[in-house]
Amino acid sequence: MNKSYNFLLAGVGGQGTILASNLLAGVGLAAGFDVKKSEVHGMAQRGGSVNTHIRWDAERVYSPLIGLGEADMLLVFERAEALRYAAFLRPGGTAIVDEQTIVPITVTAGGAHYPTAEELAAVYGQLTDRLYVVPGSAIARELGNARIANVVLLGALSTFLEVSPEIWLQVIQARVPPRFVELNRQAFLRGRRAVAAGQSADQAG
Amino acid sequence: MKRLLSGNEAVARGAWEAGVKVASAYPGTPSTEIVEEFARFPNVYAEWAPNEKVAVDVAVGAAYAGRRALAAMKHVGVNVAADAVFYASMTGIEAGLVIVTADDPEMHSSQNEQDNRRYARFARIPCLEPSDSQEAKDLVGVALDLSEQFDTPVFLRLTTRLCHSSSAVELTDGGESSAPRQPFPDKFPRNPAKYVMVPGNARKKHPVIEERVRQLARFAETFPFNRVEWRDRSLGIVTCGISYQYAREVFPQASILRLGMTYPVPAGLIGDFAAGVERLIVLEELDPFLEEEIRLLGIPCEGKSIFPLCGEFDPRVVRDSAIRAGLLPESARVPVAELEKPEIPARPPVLCPGCPHRALFHVLNKRKVPVAGDIGCYTLGLLPPLSAIHTCGCMGAGIGQAHGAAQAGLAERMVAVIGDSTFFHTGMPALLNVAYNRSNVITVILDNRTTGMTGHQHNPGTGYTLQLRETPPIELEPLVRALGIERVRTVPAFHVKALDETMKEFLQADGPSVLIARGECALLPEARKRWLPLEVMADRCNGCTMCFRIGCPAILKSDELDEKTQRPKARIDRLLCTGCEVCAQVCPRGAILFRDQVQGVQA
Repeated sequence: MNKSYNFLLAGVGGQGTILASNLLAGVGLAAGFDVKKSEVHGMAQRGGSVNTHIRWDAERVYSPLIGLGEADMLLVFERAEALRYAAFLRPGGTAIVDEQTIVPITVTAGGAHYPTAEELAAVYGQLTDRLYVVPGSAIARELGNARIANVVLLGALSTFLEVSPEIWLQVIQARVPPRFVELNRQAFLRGRRAVAAGQSADQAG
Repeated sequence: MKRLLSGNEAVARGAWEAGVKVASAYPGTPSTEIVEEFARFPNVYAEWAPNEKVAVDVAVGAAYAGRRALAAMKHVGVNVAADAVFYASMTGIEAGLVIVTADDPEMHSSQNEQDNRRYARFARIPCLEPSDSQEAKDLVGVALDLSEQFDTPVFLRLTTRLCHSSSAVELTDGGESSAPRQPFPDKFPRNPAKYVMVPGNARKKHPVIEERVRQLARFAETFPFNRVEWRDRSLGIVTCGISYQYAREVFPQASILRLGMTYPVPAGLIGDFAAGVERLIVLEELDPFLEEEIRLLGIPCEGKSIFPLCGEFDPRVVRDSAIRAGLLPESARVPVAELEKPEIPARPPVLCPGCPHRALFHVLNKRKVPVAGDIGCYTLGLLPPLSAIHTCGCMGAGIGQAHGAAQAGLAERMVAVIGDSTFFHTGMPALLNVAYNRSNVITVILDNRTTGMTGHQHNPGTGYTLQLRETPPIELEPLVRALGIERVRTVPAFHVKALDETMKEFLQADGPSVLIARGECALLPEARKRWLPLEVMADRCNGCTMCFRIGCPAILKSDELDEKTQRPKARIDRLLCTGCEVCAQVCPRGAILFRDQVQGVQA
């Protein structure tokens, strides 16, 4: 097992970035790591850009924050946000990005440019060959609840970590209301398969 | 048992375990969750006070009455509460009193980044600073013990990063500590020499609190949360709070003196540490507070000549500063990839879809009036395309500013906007002044039936207390009339035409007016039940952009262009739209269906 992991999660206020962070931190603790998690509240949550930092370390975590270039893994729920936080990823790190787009008011009312999927790939191509664009929100809509995309992406992330799916599912079960447990379980497992499918397609290509 | 707790949750837990019985607060990021969490524990009283000054008075009263008490607030809340903090320092208490100040380096959610350790020195009260959630929990009990031992209120200073970071905390099973404390009598103390601060008593008290500081400084020499970690002696770092974590992260080999009490400082401990290292630096966010204290001891040190005065630290800030100062070799630098990136659209916080403030700001923008703003979600009315807020200083400032500008004899009519909770906080005396001194200010109270920005806390207008007891909701209209305003009108917040006509009438009227724009925050559970996404009839839309100009995140540009104008038509994001109908009211072509039309189409 790796000694330490730095995760950066990002999305738009209302996408469930904070809940996903709580789950990821809980999984680290359940798997025996020392864990710290840092997030923002208040003004930024009103439709603004939201990011959280999570660190797992087999011995001890000091700083709750990760610096630029220090994240091993990025988990991002929206394309423009994936570009905003790209510089946090260390070279060769892993980025999992929902193909979802949420166009900000600066584009609608201000005429700013919204990045294309090609631009996303080009930026990450300068850092790593481990960018995984996942249809998290599409899967969530298939499952009947658009707000579960965060757990689909956690499922995708879980395939890169040496923590058993059982621990993930236990933590999810403990943290979500009973009537949502089955939905969360399905979302998590679909997320795991989504990455596996993407990887085999890459190999085939 | 270990659990991940945020700093705020840990303070709440610590307060409960240490037997705090009364807690009072006004919501403010990053402190809000402290009393919110505390309120859930059994056998405690917790409340939202209308403002921080009242919160501290309440906690003082409980501590006079012999019950351990806590008041919590964001850093600027201490400005509001300062009068109370200073007299409480003079009188002391019967049972422990802890005042939590949550400072906001980087101004994540604030108008300034003042360093409230200055208040501890100013008011002659001790200041404790935890470095993680475990210490946040433990230091609450320590602070209460100190409070009783030294007969003083105690500051517990947190910062945003500590409040909103989570780390593992060891919980005492069974919770509430049964540690024996001195029994407190069940009668309110009759002790005027101690509790009545008339000049005669106060003059006797001043030397007492100066002596208290000297005693606390001696106590600090052996205080277990002031701790030396000896390692390599070529570099010694004095640090506190969250900065300790960055110091350990970036300088794993350095010797560190971590101060858990940052006022008063232990002269002997610092002197010994300084003598034991070759180079002494101070790592602290914001002001050079410890640096100045150490210099006053006659000990040379470096601090703000190396590390930034403004903003929040992180490992990179600390590392890069250290490399620049020659404390670390160039090889310690973590490279940052120079990425070729397209323009990334800014995503500022915005008024939510369905926000009851949007229609008013649309009207104010259209009427081009100068608007004195205040603190709350509605401050976001400053952003384009609404661009209708022209000042924002502190809680309750807007009405007074508008009155001052009006009395200065401007030709323009001044408008002040203020939320319901902010009006209860400090808006009321300012409106009383408008009525008393008769200016023709138009005050708009944005009554969204909650405290929005901090996450839906109850306030005197909602009909519930923090601990969810029912209470008579304070009605704004009679309150405003009682303050002396005769022209008062309540208008539905989503009704564009009614708001505009009322504003037009008030702009022509003489003397003060109050417009209460009433509409529930769209995120309240009851409001959510009424969400109904509207629809654009694409054949009627010609891309005129009127609906884009209300700044609603649910209205997007469609890929479809109007044939004549070649401008993108509007479309509505069904997942975001709540059906508030403000866009439908501003559409000149009836292209956006109203709720009953949408329901008609669906039926």
